[in-house]
Amino acid sequence: MDFFILNTFNKLRLADSIQRKKYVISKGIDPFFSNVFRAYKFVVLYFKEVFKAPFHFREVINQCFEVGLRSLSLITLTGFVTGIVFTKQSRPSLEVFGASSWLPSLISIALVRALGSLVTALICAGKVGSSIGAELGSMRVTEQIDAMEVSAINPFKYLVVTRVTATTLTVPILSLYCGFVGLLGSYLNVHTHEDTSFVAFFENGFETITFLDVFTSVFKSIVFGFTIGIIGCYKGFNATQGTRGVGRAANEAVVLSMFFVFVEEIVIVQVSNWIRNY
Amino acid sequence: MEALKNISNTEIVISIKDLYKSFGELHVLRGVDLEIFKGENVAVLGKSGTGKSVLIKIITGLLRPDTGEVKVLGQEVAHLKGKELDVLRLRIGFSFQSSALYDSMNIRQNLEFPLVMNKKDLGKAEIKTAVEEVLEAVGLSDKLNQMPSDLSGGQRKRIGIARTLILKPEIMLYDEPTSGLDPITSMEINELIAEVQQKYNTSSIIITHDLTCAKVTANRVAMLLDGKFLKVGPFKEVFSDSDKRIQSFYNYNFTE
Repeated sequence: MDFFILNTFNKLRLADSIQRKKYVISKGIDPFFSNVFRAYKFVVLYFKEVFKAPFHFREVINQCFEVGLRSLSLITLTGFVTGIVFTKQSRPSLEVFGASSWLPSLISIALVRALGSLVTALICAGKVGSSIGAELGSMRVTEQIDAMEVSAINPFKYLVVTRVTATTLTVPILSLYCGFVGLLGSYLNVHTHEDTSFVAFFENGFETITFLDVFTSVFKSIVFGFTIGIIGCYKGFNATQGTRGVGRAANEAVVLSMFFVFVEEIVIVQVSNWIRNY
Repeated sequence: MEALKNISNTEIVISIKDLYKSFGELHVLRGVDLEIFKGENVAVLGKSGTGKSVLIKIITGLLRPDTGEVKVLGQEVAHLKGKELDVLRLRIGFSFQSSALYDSMNIRQNLEFPLVMNKKDLGKAEIKTAVEEVLEAVGLSDKLNQMPSDLSGGQRKRIGIARTLILKPEIMLYDEPTSGLDPITSMEINELIAEVQQKYNTSSIIITHDLTCAKVTANRVAMLLDGKFLKVGPFKEVFSDSDKRIQSFYNYNFTE
């Protein structure tokens, strides 16, 4: 009889411990999945709203200027330095094989295929993503978003759709600009060493660039721009807990944007390589 | 109802029946009933955290009730979506506790914004006139080109009220209009609320824990305690009640 009671007691304890473990696991997992689901709904809502009137063209243009102007100086500097440093670092290795004349091609491929869009996306994730997250977060905690809603203004349409559209349009332009500035930096280095003319450098550089390279680069930048905008807006729009929440929204916008930019970079490069080899 | 003698109309503009609202385990509203008549100001009193702001957020559709019925201008708010809700919202003005002015816009742009977004048929001259009119109504005509950050707390509250008045609402909802203000500025805001009622013939709910504000601005007061209205009626009637909770609220907050 004692054994039966003990056995039942042990079974109950085991069931209770399993239940607790389940609770601990679900406590961590449930918010994660509900967050993913909310983010998914946020993205779907963007695509529903972006093609529906009214279209706030003026606000989109304002935001394009904001995104462009906020990052232009840093992109110019980083692109230029990347071009110079990449050329300087590649030169000794190429010279060993007597292939320093390949420098323009090498730099062009590196900048167009990878560096231009990636560097631009990372800078924009830091500058623009954080700023969107902080701006919308502060609007949320100071009830400015609620004020729009009660004035019969759709805050999602006015704040989110305009900003995401602006980053999606502007980041590709900035990426192309970054690539061009990088090539200028590279040209400066090549010109000082080999006295190569501007035209010859660019002719040589663009010889190896294919349509697929440019298309992939622009496509990648569009995806990066969308990612930076939507994550910044999602984090800001759903900010809670006052000023602390605003800081967290800005920080999470940067970290998540960079993470997704790297993941997308790997996936798109892989797919473009398959297409190239096909 | 004694206070209703002061208002000409007995048409109900807001009707709340058996309203319940919880946030997780926290049961904020537990069976709230209230009726607001046309042209009437009602002050909702209660301690912080009793769900006063939740109540007006439900009225504007910013929050959804768990159960119960909230009818505004004859329409059940919880059943409205999209454009229907927007049309109703244009008839309701909401003055936020924090003023909620758009800090990236100057005062003129703050005031123009609801008009530009909602009344597409208005010309520039008409918008300009409307802006000047509401600024004059709140006594801040000289602040047109300033930024919200340049204004004092009282001025921000006034601009917040002006921004809601520009859409000529039939109902005004004030969320803690005098919180964080000195007694003189509070009195100015109270006078402004009373003026708005007279000039624009609005019906209002004033959420406050400031008894002076309630006494000066409201035809009736409603005492919210433990998620329900403990007593609704004219100021004197409510505070002549012997209920200890009402008396302690009066004694701690008000000196006549």
